[in-house]
Amino acid sequence: MLEVKNLSVSYGDTRVVSNASFSLQSGEWVMITGPNGAGKSTLLEALMQGIPYTGEVLYEGQSLKTMKPRQRALRIGLLAQQYAAGYAFTVEEIVRLGRYAYHDALSGFDKADEQAVLHAMQETGTFVLRKKPISQISGGELQRAFLSQLFAQNPKILLLDEPSNHLDLSYQRQILTLIKDWLSQGDRAVISVMHDLAIARRFGTRVMLLDHGSIQADAPPEQALSPILLKAVYGMDVEAWMREMYGAWNNEPGHI
Amino acid sequence: MKKEGFHPLAYLGFFGATLVTLTLCVCAGSVALPPLDTLQVIGKAILGLPQEGANVAIILSVRLPRVLCVALTGAALALCGGVMQGLLRNPLADGSTLGVSAGASLGAVIAIALSISFPFLQLAGTMVMAIGGAILSLAVILSLSYKLDRSFSTHTIILIGIIYGMFISGILSLLIAFAGEKLRTITYWTMGSLQGSTYTNALVLLIALIIFGTVMLLQAQELNAFSVGESNARSVGVNVRRVRLSILISASVLIGVCVSIGGSIGFVGLVTPHIVRLLTGPNHKKLLPATVFGGAIFLMLCDLAARVIVRPVELPIGVVTSLIGAVVFTVILLRGRKGTAHA
Repeated sequence: MLEVKNLSVSYGDTRVVSNASFSLQSGEWVMITGPNGAGKSTLLEALMQGIPYTGEVLYEGQSLKTMKPRQRALRIGLLAQQYAAGYAFTVEEIVRLGRYAYHDALSGFDKADEQAVLHAMQETGTFVLRKKPISQISGGELQRAFLSQLFAQNPKILLLDEPSNHLDLSYQRQILTLIKDWLSQGDRAVISVMHDLAIARRFGTRVMLLDHGSIQADAPPEQALSPILLKAVYGMDVEAWMREMYGAWNNEPGHI
Repeated sequence: MKKEGFHPLAYLGFFGATLVTLTLCVCAGSVALPPLDTLQVIGKAILGLPQEGANVAIILSVRLPRVLCVALTGAALALCGGVMQGLLRNPLADGSTLGVSAGASLGAVIAIALSISFPFLQLAGTMVMAIGGAILSLAVILSLSYKLDRSFSTHTIILIGIIYGMFISGILSLLIAFAGEKLRTITYWTMGSLQGSTYTNALVLLIALIIFGTVMLLQAQELNAFSVGESNARSVGVNVRRVRLSILISASVLIGVCVSIGGSIGFVGLVTPHIVRLLTGPNHKKLLPATVFGGAIFLMLCDLAARVIVRPVELPIGVVTSLIGAVVFTVILLRGRKGTAHA
């Protein structure tokens, strides 16, 4: 679906992403992981055409750079990291924005739009929140509100910037399951930045390990998250650390 | 689910409220006139019937053109404030806090000081310079804040706007020091006043408001997306660059036109959208149209206060808007911040 060729991003003299090349097939969930400052979010921003870059990003052979924004929105959409609640829009108003690409300036909402908005809110369980201002809901609800917007928009590719960040475990599971279900409906793909390696391994079909702006590994989770690669990228024994954390917990009485 | 804009009847209500305020403002003043007589005079004038009397002259040549200009200026400035607050996702954005009005004043003052004018239209020289000053200021402020933090954040923009405003007032003082006999006219720009406005002024304001106001009102949904966040706007398919450019240029031109006619009038653009947002919520499909009428009414009332509070002396309208605006704004900030954005 998506083909990225030699994508590089520089801020002034610093190269934040260098020569990233990869492709994305239908049904894939690619987890981009790596240390802070590795260029993960920048890569997503470049894919969204939000910052200048060199190289090419092609959707089914068409360049996203020259594509009209509304056309692009039907193909690719982003769930950004945290939306600090600014103006107090209601959840429903946020979700309705997802249908923007289906209209020009003068045409109003039609039945299909109303249906899509309703369906997206029901799917994510935000329907009961629809009249609430986003300034008055929790972080998990806010994340689901923006996910509903993305579902109403219904692009072919979802880009997610740490979708489970700042969420408690039950919300994490909820969000990840929602995305997994969305993906399973076919002819779709997901790319997400993910710090949590356990989640990356559990939900990703592929893991892309990024360090200092370049792709160190791009492979199925068990290969990309190998001890040697992780040690090279994070500069520490990741597995030992995780074993120590979870192991200590498991050894307590009452745990399996 | 319902339509997001207002019901047509609501517009009728807004229009009615504006007309009532307009009539009130024409009636009140150093000489109070009965409303019915006033309406009769205006009605006859519209129908082209002959009439005479001292009141006719006061109404038709002094008060009506002035109140019309005040209403249109209020509507335009409030609308500009509203769209900037949405576009920059910044509840403190406005022509005056961003230094755009100051830049427009500087342009106008330079035009006066150097006697720049076009042969056919007396006003055109000041107006073109004011518009130029407004656009240039906006470009300077936004590119500086972009260079500083790339995100148009509240604090950066406001800080640079304040610094820029001080810089401009420094230049203005310098110009005034050298201006000599043009001093009075220049002081007038820096205070803001719509005394002595003409029907031509009103017509120019109306045309500018219709053209650029339409450009802004048609992008209400885009502004909704921007006020949620620029990256969200991009994600849902808004042409971020085009919208930002067209909104900022429209707002600058409109502010330039207003400043060239009434001088720099602060606080209307900042306060009106705030008050209106408390009533309509942040959706620009309601916020912007209501702001247009709200700004007209607010500024007409301020102008009325400027004329009657210490009569027969008249205060510059900018003084009144700043006094009222600052108090109202503080009250809003102190009372629950529900419905408004957090700065």
